[in-house]
Amino acid sequence: MGHGPAVKLGKDNASAYKSKIGISMFIVYTLTYFGFVVINAVSPALMEKVYFGQTLAVLYGFFLIIFALVLAVIYNHFCTAAEARLN
Amino acid sequence: MVYSQSPLAIGLFCFFVLFVLGLSFYLARRTSSADSYYAAGGNIHWFTNGIAFAGDYLSAASFLGICGMIATAGFDGWMYSIGYLAGWMVALFLVAEPMKRLGKYTFTDALDSKFNSKSIQLMAAISTLVVSVFYLIPQMVGAGVLVQPLLGMPHWVGVCIVGVVVTIIVATAGMASTTYVQFFKGALLLICSTILVISVLTRGLGTDPNQGDTKEYHKFQTLQAVVTNGSLQVTGYDVVAGLDSEFGEAGFVMLAQNDEKTVWHLKEAATGYELVEALYVTKMADGTKLFNGAPKEDGKFFAVGHIQEVTIDGKEVAQTGAVGPLEFLNRFKDSTVILWGKKYVKVGDSTTTIYYQKPTPGSRILRPGLKFKVDNASGLDKFNFISLMLALFCGTAALPHILIRYYTVPSQAAARKSTIVAIAAIGFFYVLTLYLGLGAMTNGVINLSDNNMSAPLLALSFGVVMFSVISSLAFATVLGTVSGLIVASAGAVAHDLMDNFFGMNMTDKGKVRAGKISAMFIGCIAIYLGIIFEGMNVSFLVGWAFAVAASANLPAILMLLFWKKTTAQGIAASIFIGLTSSLGLILVSPDMWIRYGLLPQDAPVAFNSPAAISIPASFLTLVIISLMTQKKGAMVEEGAEA
Repeated sequence: MGHGPAVKLGKDNASAYKSKIGISMFIVYTLTYFGFVVINAVSPALMEKVYFGQTLAVLYGFFLIIFALVLAVIYNHFCTAAEARLN
Repeated sequence: MVYSQSPLAIGLFCFFVLFVLGLSFYLARRTSSADSYYAAGGNIHWFTNGIAFAGDYLSAASFLGICGMIATAGFDGWMYSIGYLAGWMVALFLVAEPMKRLGKYTFTDALDSKFNSKSIQLMAAISTLVVSVFYLIPQMVGAGVLVQPLLGMPHWVGVCIVGVVVTIIVATAGMASTTYVQFFKGALLLICSTILVISVLTRGLGTDPNQGDTKEYHKFQTLQAVVTNGSLQVTGYDVVAGLDSEFGEAGFVMLAQNDEKTVWHLKEAATGYELVEALYVTKMADGTKLFNGAPKEDGKFFAVGHIQEVTIDGKEVAQTGAVGPLEFLNRFKDSTVILWGKKYVKVGDSTTTIYYQKPTPGSRILRPGLKFKVDNASGLDKFNFISLMLALFCGTAALPHILIRYYTVPSQAAARKSTIVAIAAIGFFYVLTLYLGLGAMTNGVINLSDNNMSAPLLALSFGVVMFSVISSLAFATVLGTVSGLIVASAGAVAHDLMDNFFGMNMTDKGKVRAGKISAMFIGCIAIYLGIIFEGMNVSFLVGWAFAVAASANLPAILMLLFWKKTTAQGIAASIFIGLTSSLGLILVSPDMWIRYGLLPQDAPVAFNSPAAISIPASFLTLVIISLMTQKKGAMVEEGAEA
């Protein structure tokens, strides 16, 4: 059998914690994303409304991209801290 | 449209190709073991790997397809960008680290890590091959599309160049060369696209897209017509096809002046009609095409894309001048842009595609609904839309050529960090696509018969240097993505099937040789498919590849990680059902019915995107089969807590 990592990995005691916060953040982002999809499908005219000089569609789109990066950085921060603490 | 080749474009293209080949031969000397061939030795730095992820992901579909779609359908095209990026959150939060922990060379390794099951090895390898081939075809077609304006060579030459170069890249140094090619390509794509967007913003918005005073934009005319004794009269023109013709029934007329035939869109006016100039492509019975009544080479089929009216604070202006990124969108929102509708008119054995002007408020373009039917939509239309967005969300973390990149880094933390770099790079690029698409829409560069070239042609409006760099990069984009796909496919054949499934017990060198031979074989198949699928929309099959990957692979990956009762039989059955149900639904979809030459309304299913049915079906199958095989199958001993 050729399974197992290509490089030798040490035991990661933080994986349970990382998995837990990963799932929580995944749920938060998924709800935000599907909120966007549902508004587009159910009430597309709402997306044409203008806030801060931009349509809601553009604002929500930018928010989804920036929010993804912000969540990713926060996730990495907690994971790195947990790895340092538990490993 | 007719393109002329520049020596600079040819020179840059040759430089890129020679550079990646040189790099591959250099790295080949260090690639003798299976670890180095399939996983670049697992020692790529996380930042390099993150940019290489972006290089893998920003394929021809992203760069050419999305920009073209935004250029013609506005915000709806950008929804693909948002969906593709959101998919990376699945990869980061759920898949990245466990994939790294469980697998060795292929994603089949990870799925099979707890079971050593022949059925998983077979099904996962087949799934990898099917998804990769779905993804390969549009990339190869994209290469053919690009090579014509870049080198002045026919479609098949482009496909062959990509096929041969990529096969050499993969057959020499496998994942090592692929990774570095992707890194350079991804980085250059981000830098050059940023420069192009800055150029768009500096030019601003205006009603005369004369490309910085370098090229005159065609002045589309409006004529007045009166009806006398039931027939249309237009001063200075002869009416070739009037109100009673097939054209008239569709809302158009064909006029002639000095033997030049033109098509006009009919609009009722106070006295008679107003005629608005349109563009048309006639496909004759023998297959030849006439563009605005003349062969393509005559250049009568004008590039389009202009703003009818720009307003600032309620006042109409001709030019905004240089604007910032938010001000650009703000001004665009308050403008009226000419979009182009499409209608077909059949006369005898010939079919005419008419492109007509549709003045549209910018605010309407910056919201959904121009491509996807969401306004006054039926439940089925909404289902189709949601299903597509679901496929984009779930597909990324299930694409084999993306997943294998987790094996090139040394640790789980590096896998996570490289995903975050990828999210930053890809997210930034997708923001740029909005400006590239809207820039093409308003700068008179869209070729209505093939919008895939919108981004390179936008670059051409800023001079031949920009065009040469962007086109060569687009070609390198294809090279990089195809090499990643061929590595994934070669791994599925040599490692999953030959080594594991058939138990051929190869030596380390034998595994590398098998991978190289598989790569060459798959490269030949890719060349063949790229040639026979000429003319296929670049982003068309990629959407389906996402749907198939999301249906076949993602349920198996997620349940293996998070449900302790998952069994080997459950995983194999779920891949089989996900694969067959998504492929089956695609084959009987309205889009495929059109390709079979049938009417789309006669298709057995009324939607095009299968994900909302095939993903739940795959999950359900896994749960049912796993519960039925609890005693026979080995259960996952450790779940997410492992």
